[in-house]
Amino acid sequence: MFQSIAQSLSQTKTLLLVSALTCGAIGLSAPAVADDYVIDTRGAHAFIQFRIKHLGYSWLYGRFNEFEGEFTFDENRPSKNKVIVDIDVTSLDSMHAERDKHLRGKKYLNTEKFPTAKFVSTKYVPTGDKTANLQGNLTLHGTTKPVTISVEHIGGGNDPWGGYRNGFEGTLTINPADYGMQLTKSLGPSASEVELFLTVEGIRKKDLKSKK
Amino acid sequence: MIKRYWEFHNTASSYGIVSRLIHWISAITVIALFSLGLWMVSLDYYHDWYRTAPDIHRSVGVLLMGLTLLRLVWYGISSRPRPLSLNPVARCLAVAVHHLMVLLLFMMFFSGYLITTAQGDVLYVFDWFTLPAVITGIDNLEDIAGIIHKWSAFILIGLAGLHALTAFKHHFINKDKTLRRMLWGSH
Repeated sequence: MFQSIAQSLSQTKTLLLVSALTCGAIGLSAPAVADDYVIDTRGAHAFIQFRIKHLGYSWLYGRFNEFEGEFTFDENRPSKNKVIVDIDVTSLDSMHAERDKHLRGKKYLNTEKFPTAKFVSTKYVPTGDKTANLQGNLTLHGTTKPVTISVEHIGGGNDPWGGYRNGFEGTLTINPADYGMQLTKSLGPSASEVELFLTVEGIRKKDLKSKK
Repeated sequence: MIKRYWEFHNTASSYGIVSRLIHWISAITVIALFSLGLWMVSLDYYHDWYRTAPDIHRSVGVLLMGLTLLRLVWYGISSRPRPLSLNPVARCLAVAVHHLMVLLLFMMFFSGYLITTAQGDVLYVFDWFTLPAVITGIDNLEDIAGIIHKWSAFILIGLAGLHALTAFKHHFINKDKTLRRMLWGSH
């Protein structure tokens, strides 16, 4: 607690928040515009991972190596928060070339026909101090479905190199069948669900611009 | 009579036992690998042969590559029977098809090897030894290798069919000893 206060004291924004809290009028004293962030895929501080049960006996982990995205984050006005992420599905990596080839194939992700996936948020609903439900639409395998991602705000603040960052982790479970992928037919009933782990760290855009 | 079957070296008019054995073992293995390959990619994940069939396919493929390397060495050091056709176009085409088949064999070996090793996995040849991954870190290399493997296989089988048909043509129409000298090494 002390550590996090000390850390955030250096931010003028938090001073505003502190004064706002003392006044007891958050909405009125937060004139700052919501900040836009670019997800730090270049520095690989973002990960899109999945896991699925193998035979029902263990978890198999994989990830998508190529994606990009942006988000808007305003601690004081969560209704302004939004995120958009584009994923290159062909960059699937389960650390086994033959399996990657299979998963990209027609039987599963069919990346030749559906090379990209996309998530676009529609609503950010806080559920606690650091947690929220992020509603949005997930497009995968050519099918778009509404999903809700459980989000945890991990932390944020100045980075050591003159930038400003905020990071989140989101989890959700999807049924591949909803997206037209019949995994259970060949992989068994334990493959009916896929868990997704979305870890993103964003760099505030306005600092990036001012540095250039 | 018996002796001619077991003649080691090629002569000016016929093939020795080494050339004939390499030829027929390769022919049978190529057809077997092609069939096994087509069958194994259709298997269900829970099929008894789902893991075994690719294991055999990979291993036999590597062994055939070894045999094909020996074959090139043997071609290099042994003499060749005279071609039977007098038609220069036919002779030229035959040589082109033979060379193309050898090229396709190596494309098969290399692309097949890459499907397995593209992301750093080693290739197990039965439980005898492994081939290390050498070329890694190229995006989607296993997919590109897969496409090459598939099309090379179909072209190779097509050329092998053409090769067999022309052998039959020599045997039944021209009534020469093209097929017989590869089968029995007869004079």
